[in-house]
Amino acid sequence: MSDVLAVADHRRGELRDVSFEIVRAGRELAADLGGDLHVAVIAGDVDGFADRLSLEGVDTVHTVDAGEEFNHDLYAGATAALFEELAPTALLMPNSVNGLDYAPAVANRLDLPLVADAVGLSYDDGLEATREMYGSKVATTVEVSEEPVAVTVRGGEWPAVEDAADVAVEPFDYEFDEATSGARVQGFEEVGAGDVDIADAEFLVSVGRGIEEEENLELIEELVEATGATLSSSRPIVDNGWLPKNRQVGQSGKQVTPDVYLAIGISGAVQHVAGMKGAETIIAINTDPNAPIFDIADYGIVGDLFDVVPALTEQFE
Amino acid sequence: MKILVTVKEVAEAADDFEIDGTDIGEQYLEYDLNEWDDYAVEAAVQLSEAYDDVETVSVTIGPERSEETIRMALAKGVDRAIRVWDDDVAAADLDVAAKTRLLSAVVAEEEPDLVLSGVQAADDGFGATGVSLADEIGFDWAAVVNHLDTDDDLSTAHVHRELEGGIEELTDVDLPAVLTIQTGLNEPRYASLRGIRQAQSKEIAEFGLGDLGLDADAVASPIERTAMYEPETESDATYFDGSADEQAAQLADVLRTKGVVSE
Repeated sequence: MSDVLAVADHRRGELRDVSFEIVRAGRELAADLGGDLHVAVIAGDVDGFADRLSLEGVDTVHTVDAGEEFNHDLYAGATAALFEELAPTALLMPNSVNGLDYAPAVANRLDLPLVADAVGLSYDDGLEATREMYGSKVATTVEVSEEPVAVTVRGGEWPAVEDAADVAVEPFDYEFDEATSGARVQGFEEVGAGDVDIADAEFLVSVGRGIEEEENLELIEELVEATGATLSSSRPIVDNGWLPKNRQVGQSGKQVTPDVYLAIGISGAVQHVAGMKGAETIIAINTDPNAPIFDIADYGIVGDLFDVVPALTEQFE
Repeated sequence: MKILVTVKEVAEAADDFEIDGTDIGEQYLEYDLNEWDDYAVEAAVQLSEAYDDVETVSVTIGPERSEETIRMALAKGVDRAIRVWDDDVAAADLDVAAKTRLLSAVVAEEEPDLVLSGVQAADDGFGATGVSLADEIGFDWAAVVNHLDTDDDLSTAHVHRELEGGIEELTDVDLPAVLTIQTGLNEPRYASLRGIRQAQSKEIAEFGLGDLGLDADAVASPIERTAMYEPETESDATYFDGSADEQAAQLADVLRTKGVVSE
């Protein structure tokens, strides 16, 4: 059999969206391979998770009842052990932050070729994956000439599977003593609390790397003041310490859904887009006509923000 | 204590570029120190400044051209550098496993207590080498670290891992370990003129596969890039043309129409 094993992702008692997306990726790949789709869920309320993962196209859900939360030694060990038992052709893991923390170890341990951050998968005489490079400026296809293979799957690229089905649930015994793990999770911390919650804003003026220097932020602040907007930013602005973390839009920052999102000097990296694509209207100002932000924008200005932004501010003064 | 920090020279594509076969044409690529590795270098140098007897060593898999990037790391305070390259490495399309084999051979030579690596490389974006290396050499590890404290005796690293959605995981990691460093961990320093001058005299040791006890099989990869293309644009954006003033006026109209700006 040419089966597929996909591993679910959860945090603080909730399955994450990528768990339902990886089921779709796995289901399609299993169909190409003519095999079964196995889904593994590790740690926490595995029985509850198994109910939610009993989805159309899944053949078996394997539960590993060990530990409460993500621990990479547990995930790597349990995934590798289950892989050895099931001997699938393809192992799919999420390219989430936790995926980044265990998937490469699993691939190394099992001596599997690893294709990371796949945005497309197919199988015809061998696995072919689509990936992006150079900050999403190009797409590539890669072929893997060995089997089995490990793949990490980018979130948001496959539609979630939501149709419930009656799926066999099989507990998988894996002994794990967290005390012996060299990495011990001590807790979680919410970051980015502050005076303003950008998630509530109707009009966000968001600034990115294109602003170049901290003192240039003044231009944006003048626009914000003139329009009554709320100021947000992409990651590099926060990394530079120019704005606090509570202003950061993106995968690791806030998810925002304003009526209007005005992206100034933001290229539109996938991690940023993940946080703002729910905006009703997206407007982008960028000098690079090929910037990915224009792919999701409703309105675009290909131009120099240092010319356009002061002119825009003037419109409202 | 010895800290090994992985430093990659990454290619950045110009705004306008053309694809030549399965890569962007060389004339459209510019090379620089990988942004994530810049933060890893800074973390290593800060640790060497905070503790006595810390040696920092960078390791780069890259051609002669990458010496410029390596000198940048040396100018920022790394004590010495290693560059891994030879004809077999140059001819290979290095996958995560191949890089892991090369770097683990360097670890065997250097016996570091801590390895710092950028979370990912800006060009190929695999984001996997650090954790793969940790597993291979039997170190503990943490991925996507955006806050790092160490015990006085350097036995444990207290890290924050940046999860999605504004949540950080607080984790203790026993040393020796591999930590993959997220941007924002610190503020990478600029190389001073003095540092740049000093970097010229610092050692860059060169290792080929043979020097590391490896042969060409170590860099063989079953993963082959077969095509590269510009993604079809999904854009149906309305573009505003004209001068900056004209563009701004049209945009202002949209903002008024949407009702998000009142006069």
